[in-house]
Amino acid sequence: MKQERKRSNAPIFWALFGAGGMLSALFGPMLVFITGLAVPLGLLLPADTMSYPHMLAFARNWLGKGFIFAIIALFLWHAAHRIFHSLHDIGIHAGTGAKLICYGLAMLGTVLAAYALLAIGF
Amino acid sequence: MAEKTIEIEVLRYHPEKDREPHRQVFEVPFTDDMSVLQGVQYIKDYLDGSLSFRWSCRMAICGSCGMMINGIPSLSCQTFLRDYYPARVRVEALSHFPIERDLVISMDGFIEKLESIQPYIIPKEPRTLEQGEYLQTPEQLDAYEQFSSCINCLLCYAACPQFGLNPDFVGPAAIALLHRYNVDSRDGAKAERMELVNSEEGVFNCTAVGYCSEVCPKHVDPANAVNQNKTNSAADYFLRFLAPKGGAK
Ligand code: SF4
Ligand code: FES
Repeated sequence: MKQERKRSNAPIFWALFGAGGMLSALFGPMLVFITGLAVPLGLLLPADTMSYPHMLAFARNWLGKGFIFAIIALFLWHAAHRIFHSLHDIGIHAGTGAKLICYGLAMLGTVLAAYALLAIGF
Repeated sequence: MAEKTIEIEVLRYHPEKDREPHRQVFEVPFTDDMSVLQGVQYIKDYLDGSLSFRWSCRMAICGSCGMMINGIPSLSCQTFLRDYYPARVRVEALSHFPIERDLVISMDGFIEKLESIQPYIIPKEPRTLEQGEYLQTPEQLDAYEQFSSCINCLLCYAACPQFGLNPDFVGPAAIALLHRYNVDSRDGAKAERMELVNSEEGVFNCTAVGYCSEVCPKHVDPANAVNQNKTNSAADYFLRFLAPKGGAK
């Protein structure tokens, strides 16, 4: 009983989803703590940690750029994949349309992040 | 002393006369040691001979008595009425499958899937009688033993929301069995089976819910097999251009 099978292209999205999941598990809570609690409330970290000059320097550094890009892009791909599958789970099988919207937004975010990081200079 | 009884609510469906399934409640004498299967057997023997269901071994071996019991996919021979008494117990055909009659589901789709995974050893190199048997180390046995305990009861399919949404999904038990042969040191047909794993009906339908492994009466852990094969499939997807002759297309 042999039939032609179409290879799924899911591994691409699954790999991005997996990488984003790993990254968000590792860095998500820490980033929320730093940006949402520690800095605004002046806990543990110096008050000017997230001042404009500091952040600009961070974003102009190669490593900083890489970090910001990976965080934004992979978090977005993770979210897109999650939302796409959750839509399916609650009975919205919009198929290609939903796919385009979910992954398209992640793609857009990725391109914008890359553009902004390059535009901000070195 | 008045005899103790328990109510069993059964989902009935006789395609020749019912337009859709409906519920019927039976009052069945209750003893401490009765399984749910014995309860429905009592109904068939004494109350309504037209009630249909599958069973054989009565000891969680044959895998034929799977039903939804209070909404949970269970083997009715190893689920006991005493765990519900005095409340009513609800018994229905396994979820996500077409009902053939009452509690009997159609297994056709699953049997096709079972055939499609080639659930037998396809030797790497055939051996002659003189060469003797295939030897395996305990480690080689360990690699697949757990996945070979499946009794095809289909509880995992009734538990899997993704199979419920897409009946073409190869599904937990078939993938667990596929994995069982792929990791067997005697087998040489992994590449062929990977085509199915990689396909649109394959492992990526799974969203790692894990309920399949929870309801499995044989601790096969099909979710584990499915998710190991996501990794295998992704590796194959990205590395196929590097490997000579690639993996599955
Ligand atoms: S994997 Fe477990 S639940 Fe699924 S069919 Fe096999 S024995 Fe039943
Ligand atoms: S009757 Fe065989 S598994 Fe229940």
